[in-house]
Amino acid sequence: MELDSIYTELISEHSRSTEHKHHLECPNMSLKGRNPSCGDEITLELQVEDGYIKDASFVGIGCAISQASTSIMIDLIKGESVAKARHLANLFLRMIKREELTEDEEEELDEAFALKNISNMPARVKCAVLSWHTLEEAFKEAEGIQ
Amino acid sequence: MNNTVKFKADFPLLGKPMGNNPLVYLDNGATTQKPLEVIKAITEYYDSFNANPHRGAYELSIKATDIYENARIKTQKFINAKYSHEIIFTKNATESLNLVAYSYGLSHVGAGDEVLIAISEHHSNLVPWQYVCQMKGATLKYIYLEEDHNLSQRDIEEKITEKTKVVAVAQVSNVLGLINPVKEIVARAHEEGAVVVVDGSQSVPHMAVDVQDMDADFFVFSGHKMLSPMGIGVLYGKEKLLNDMPPFLMGGDMIDYVEEQHTDYAPLPAKFEAGTQNVGGAAGLSAAIDYLNRVGFEYIEKQEKELTEYAISRMKEMDYIELYGCDSSRDNKTGIVTFNVKDVHPHDVSTIMDAHGVAIRAGHHCAQPLMIYLKQNATCRASFYFYNSKEDVDKFIEALSKVRGVLGLGA
Repeated sequence: MELDSIYTELISEHSRSTEHKHHLECPNMSLKGRNPSCGDEITLELQVEDGYIKDASFVGIGCAISQASTSIMIDLIKGESVAKARHLANLFLRMIKREELTEDEEEELDEAFALKNISNMPARVKCAVLSWHTLEEAFKEAEGIQ
Repeated sequence: MNNTVKFKADFPLLGKPMGNNPLVYLDNGATTQKPLEVIKAITEYYDSFNANPHRGAYELSIKATDIYENARIKTQKFINAKYSHEIIFTKNATESLNLVAYSYGLSHVGAGDEVLIAISEHHSNLVPWQYVCQMKGATLKYIYLEEDHNLSQRDIEEKITEKTKVVAVAQVSNVLGLINPVKEIVARAHEEGAVVVVDGSQSVPHMAVDVQDMDADFFVFSGHKMLSPMGIGVLYGKEKLLNDMPPFLMGGDMIDYVEEQHTDYAPLPAKFEAGTQNVGGAAGLSAAIDYLNRVGFEYIEKQEKELTEYAISRMKEMDYIELYGCDSSRDNKTGIVTFNVKDVHPHDVSTIMDAHGVAIRAGHHCAQPLMIYLKQNATCRASFYFYNSKEDVDKFIEALSKVRGVLGLGA
């Protein structure tokens, strides 16, 4: 396993980035995601209006991979429709499960595609998917309430 | 040939590379590697003696029974129990602790009683007692830590009271690596009529243990942390206590007579060994005890102490390393070194070390209440065994020094 294929510059930059790491002023969705085996814990906060994600942020503790993955995800979903965000989450989780993606789909994932190599590291897969799973769960929960 | 080279040659896995690097195995607190002698003992049992012990009146079954019962006698002598029927074979220390909690705990702890454990306990010596207390309306109390991470002397003196029915404590914490004063705790608990359950998972592999001298009422450990295969563990209990306890698992082999509405249970140890047991595992445990006795605990303790002191001194030179349980003033440190690298999550540390062939543990080490107490989300842990060398420590330090750089942080 080559370390520089995992801890790329992009990932280590995102892991240190605090741009999205704060509370929102008025989130209308908030969900906690946990990796019980390693104690990673993030809380995802979303401000969703008329089916669009107006703002998004997170707080919590985790490894470089989970922090970077979360930061990249928020970059991608901010301003997008809920439907688009769910579509991206689906693509990301498929990529990590080593399912074949089309070139267009890979392009859609943008910076998140940089996490593809994590799919070769079974011990770290759960770090990469934590935020994306939390995002999916948040929308599922919201659907249940409506 | 020096000793470590000689010992390493006995362990097939220690000679195998990890990726492009030789393996530096420093996760002995989780499980140890197995010498060829142990692997052969298991294979030999299955290719020459496999039959269901205690059941058949034919030669193979008698031989299998001998192997199983001789392992019990060897284990009895290994921890100096008074009788071999005080040794109950289980799957691991966790099952042994559950046996004590379910069988002794649920029948001896009542409403308003107290169970006292240390904040540093592994989940296996914590969750079962939480359950017992919840089921019986009892209170679970904790011995907290001194500033140097030893158990609080004051808590030991003050929290064992006439309400205390059980004190459960590890002889060595799997995170802090400090030897706890179990003999003193036992004496104090007995003054109040409480029984003491000692988790020896991190002590038995590394030091000579005498359960009679310690006067523990129950003592448990796992085979796989002391060169044996996974799936064989030990519960020692004082004869009188075990006799007075209800069985934990019920079924074949633990009975004398079964009628439609009534069963007479078998005497010890069969009463607590329902169903077909792990005889191959017992054969492995027996070979492991022989191996450890040959190496000798004097050597094991000396080697681990040297490696630990060397590792800690090197780590103290790195100002971005935070150590836990490494400043005890009592000369009671074992080969477990728990630490964090500043600004780096333990899982990243472990992944980066792995790329250099160095295997360490990262996470909460099945001790979440201790992590919360230490105000850490998770930690890294390197744990040594007698087959580790000074070169292993050097490679560990070298890999550790690269961690922050990989993540783009200054050294």
